[in-house]
Amino acid sequence: MNAYWQCLRGIVLREWLRFVLQRTRFLSALVRPLLWLVVFAAGFRAALGISVIEPYDTYIPYEVYIIPGLACMILLFNGMQGSLAMVYDREMGSMRVLLTSPLPRTFLLCSKLLATALISLLQVYGFLAIAWVYGVQPPAMGLLLALPALLLVALMLSALGLLLSNGIRQLENFAGVMNFVIFPLFFLSSALYPLWKMRDASQWLYWLCAVNPFTHAVELVRFALYERLAGLALAICLGLTVLFTLLAVLTFNPQHAALRKPG
Amino acid sequence: MRRTLLSCALLLAAGHAMASTAWVSNEKDNSLSLIDLNTLQVTDTLKVGQRPRGLLLSHDNKLLYICASDSDRVQVMDVATRKIIKELPSGKDPEQFALHPNNRWLYVSNEDDALVTVIDTETAKVLGQISVGVEPEGMAVSPDGKWAVNTSETTNMLHWIDTSTQTLADSTLVDQRPRFVEFSHDGAQLWASAEIGGTVTILDVASRKVLKTLTFAIKGVHPDKVQPVGIKLSADGKYGFVALGPANHVAVIDAKTFEVLDYLLVGRRVWQLAFTPDQKQLLATNGVSGDVSVIDVDSLKVIKSIKVGRYPWGVVVTP
Repeated sequence: MNAYWQCLRGIVLREWLRFVLQRTRFLSALVRPLLWLVVFAAGFRAALGISVIEPYDTYIPYEVYIIPGLACMILLFNGMQGSLAMVYDREMGSMRVLLTSPLPRTFLLCSKLLATALISLLQVYGFLAIAWVYGVQPPAMGLLLALPALLLVALMLSALGLLLSNGIRQLENFAGVMNFVIFPLFFLSSALYPLWKMRDASQWLYWLCAVNPFTHAVELVRFALYERLAGLALAICLGLTVLFTLLAVLTFNPQHAALRKPG
Repeated sequence: MRRTLLSCALLLAAGHAMASTAWVSNEKDNSLSLIDLNTLQVTDTLKVGQRPRGLLLSHDNKLLYICASDSDRVQVMDVATRKIIKELPSGKDPEQFALHPNNRWLYVSNEDDALVTVIDTETAKVLGQISVGVEPEGMAVSPDGKWAVNTSETTNMLHWIDTSTQTLADSTLVDQRPRFVEFSHDGAQLWASAEIGGTVTILDVASRKVLKTLTFAIKGVHPDKVQPVGIKLSADGKYGFVALGPANHVAVIDAKTFEVLDYLLVGRRVWQLAFTPDQKQLLATNGVSGDVSVIDVDSLKVIKSIKVGRYPWGVVVTP
């Protein structure tokens, strides 16, 4: 048992160190959603005309609407960046060393997922703190209730990232991840516009958004932030987290890199 | 110990008794929606005359007066039984009215006839009719009962009616299309909103001179949409609230410095306002979106918007 704990501690600590030392990474993770909040949301403020929708009790400005989507955006980018780091680590970094450990590989990978998720949460709360100062203030209880929701979403997206990294042979392919994973997941979701608004535009778009896991991630966080439980979203996020993790562990193949001669 | 228990019990009882009810007139549904202010839910809907708009309560909170505009009458409802008990001859198309502190004289503006009709609510007799400007609209009586003030939408004036003689004493020019007037609780000031002018004029009642003209600018909202209508002033003299119509915001004004402190987002075409008896909440009727927004006065935040009937117009709160 002690060995497991040591290992988990080591992995989390390493992620923490990487996070603390790479201050620019933290900053860029904050700047991206803040730009959306301050520039994009300000421009759309009056244009969108949001009606009263669950879980909100009254009319809200657009800034309030996009906060959960932007929080999840941080998790999405971090999850995918984690997958990028995994490709790198596998080739020349610590993952090679780690995989020589006698502990089960499943445990190692799950520890890695948890470590990424925990660091992501720090960034999300950093963002929420700035948003609070900017004037978007969800109930205090909601901020606490959002913690498990955010953790689940972070795990789900990190697992998805890991799964994708298993399919990537080279670092250069990461641009493809950007174009074919991050952008569609983010834009075809309820992060920026409520789904009924999408339905106004096209039924097809609406269905694409409705089946997008990221939509459910955003809604889970949105409801939790306002002290409500989104049951369906929770079930979907839980199910997908388990599925992605299983698939990621099963398809994980350290041989990709290890077989190649260091060069 | 016993005293503590007793005061606890009293507090609980008071808390229970504080279940105030909001009465909202639905202009297009010919009905009133009743909202329980503890649960913030609509508990009842009552059928009334055609196109109900202005609402007011008798000073003892026992009677509710309803301007049924298209029925050309003022209906009187018994608050306890929720039944219409009589109808008053109001003249044509009554929209807004005000009750004199003597609890008897009702001043009603008749939009189509350029008249203010004074009715004795006990005898249901018309005491007098006063000619005012074109399209009379807003109505208020000063707390000391000396003045009744009417606004005329087309003449752009406030008309000061001396209640001792029921005659027109003076008129003051304000900005375009004045819609609503409200006296401060001490009776020293009169606030008047101008819908097209987009302003609120604050006058000194003693001299009938303008103290300040408020203008409004909301980030991201076109100035044409800023159309002030309903006004409410808090009893502690701290705040003034102005409903800004299609701008979908309620302006919060420091009633001492006359500075606009904030704009609160509510539903579409916010029209009239009413305080709860403890002044902890302010209700706003949103005509186009068909709901009532509840504003928490301490935190100056909108806490909920409650669906009512179609085109909610007036609102009052009974304890």
